Amino acid sequence: MPGPLKLRNPFAIECGVYKTSYEQDMAIHPTPLARLRLLAMLGAFTVFPLLADPYYVSVANLIAIASIGAIGLNILTGFTGQISIGHGAFLGVGAYAAGYLTSQLGWSFWLALPVAGAITALVGALFGLPSLRLKGLYLAMATLAAQVIIEFAMYHWTAVTGGSRGLLLSSPRLGGFQFDSEIRYYYLLLAFTVAAFVFAQNLTRTRIGRAFMAIRDRDLAAEVMGIELFRFKILAFALSSFYAGVTGALWGHYLTVVSPEHFTITTSIEYLAMIIIGGLGNVTGSVFGAAFMTLIPIVLRESAKALTGVLPNIETVVNALREFTFGATIILFLIFEPEGLAKIWKNMKDYFRLWPFTY
Amino acid sequence: MTFFLQLVISGLVIGGVYALVALGFVLIYKASDVINFAQGEFLLIGAHLTLTFMLVYNLPLIPAVLGALLVAVLLGAAVERLILRPLIGEPIISMIMATIGLSSALRGLLQVFWGTETRTFPAVFSQEAVSFGGLVVSPVYLWSLGLAVLLLAIFTFFFKRSLVGIAMRATADDQQAALSMGISVKIIFAVTWALAAAISTVGGVLLGNINGVNISLAHFGLKVLPVVILGGLDSIPGAIVGGFIIGLLENLAGGYLDPLLGGGVKEVAPFVILVLILMIKPYGLFGKQIIERV
Repeated sequence: MPGPLKLRNPFAIECGVYKTSYEQDMAIHPTPLARLRLLAMLGAFTVFPLLADPYYVSVANLIAIASIGAIGLNILTGFTGQISIGHGAFLGVGAYAAGYLTSQLGWSFWLALPVAGAITALVGALFGLPSLRLKGLYLAMATLAAQVIIEFAMYHWTAVTGGSRGLLLSSPRLGGFQFDSEIRYYYLLLAFTVAAFVFAQNLTRTRIGRAFMAIRDRDLAAEVMGIELFRFKILAFALSSFYAGVTGALWGHYLTVVSPEHFTITTSIEYLAMIIIGGLGNVTGSVFGAAFMTLIPIVLRESAKALTGVLPNIETVVNALREFTFGATIILFLIFEPEGLAKIWKNMKDYFRLWPFTY
Repeated sequence: MTFFLQLVISGLVIGGVYALVALGFVLIYKASDVINFAQGEFLLIGAHLTLTFMLVYNLPLIPAVLGALLVAVLLGAAVERLILRPLIGEPIISMIMATIGLSSALRGLLQVFWGTETRTFPAVFSQEAVSFGGLVVSPVYLWSLGLAVLLLAIFTFFFKRSLVGIAMRATADDQQAALSMGISVKIIFAVTWALAAAISTVGGVLLGNINGVNISLAHFGLKVLPVVILGGLDSIPGAIVGGFIIGLLENLAGGYLDPLLGGGVKEVAPFVILVLILMIKPYGLFGKQIIERV
């Protein structure tokens, strides 16, 4: 029969399969309700900064920046299966490239951003060359070496990077409009995050995305089928590094200072944790993971302040507790929910989609 | 010339400690196929525990080290049981991330209990430097090198002759065959981790005597990665040889290139060597080449 049945319970989303064309089957939103849900979320994001405290808007900005980076890492590690412990360094390359172009050479932010992304993509492709010969653990070691070497360059190539002092930047401007407040930067970041998300989500549905996933699952079989491994692996590194470069540039201009201590191996590990906690290979998972990891230190700090009455010395150990919580969370998620927050979200959606059935 | 020899001596000493820690790495990898990113934290825990036993309970060196070894053994077995056992069979990125998470968690716990300031060991060895025909070497260095070599010899003998050592090698080679021979693989895993933790404790005490004990000891764990890759991830003689080579090369590079590049070369040099090895001989000098069969 043409079209879906009209259901009496609006929250029971699907009840049977009534698709009659390929377009309906491959649609991103299987029902009108799903599309409505997405529009409602986008509306909420757009209206949020006008109603909330600037502090919460700044937290949202940090989450947005982390999301773009996490999506980039997910393209490399989640879609293509190439483990990378060098993401922090690539963020740094993007930040320093954009910073140098805007502060020392006087370029406009809007030109410096894609150029910084391209430079980072080239660096990423270069450090991705070992993926031709190495897999799994050995590739992770090579990316770790990339992290350490790039960090060394950040500290010692003082002509470009200013050494441990770093670079001072100014916030981007569009004509006479300066993006120097939290709310203005929020809208800038919202645009970039939505673009990054849509691009990555669409990537899964194209030939290139399917090639990536074939490489992840069984690369020998993929090669037999005619997928040129080297080309696609380098493409994955380049694409992921482009995302990292854009993230670094946005972050640098948000903080208006670029210094090497933001781009250490701890940063790389934080991003790996984001995609693992969020769900490997899942674009919404990256955003969840980024939000989770950004909120942990804030929640810890606030609860430490709240508990100061009960445990007087807790503020002094909050920093150490943060590292402990971070590590313990990773381990707990790996043991109890290896597919991450995306799986939990999917379970919640499925509950409503399949109600009153259980599967 | 004396500058060169000075660098060689300190390189060999550090190389000895690298070799010890790399031995722990290789043990764990051989037995359970896991790269333990938390090895540096085991070093730290061992050093801090020994210090606490010595300073707070006023024990002399040997009982303090034995006490720390006991705790480290328990810790190693606990880590294996609680964290690695549930993750058997998961993809390799889960294992890597689990040990990375463990290293963060342990580092956080250490900071809670012991803080971040540098502590020095009370002087156990005599302080005046010994002179070797123009070279000035502090006795701490000589003791460290000697102890490291002695321990390495003991472990080589242990693996070749003792029952437990042979059982560990059997488990590393083929778990199912070992099980069918009556070796309890679970106990062997626990023993492996306990032994690796114990080795790291000794390494931590040695390093702490040389450099003082503070949180940066944990970065040592990362620097050992080039050592194990150079030697081959599953080769015990490779760990030993790799340790000394990397220690030497790192110190020589640091001594000669620091003035040119503005310092910090000692941190980067092992990783540049790592990249070179990975491109030329990824399985290391003595490692077994993995041939993938379709």
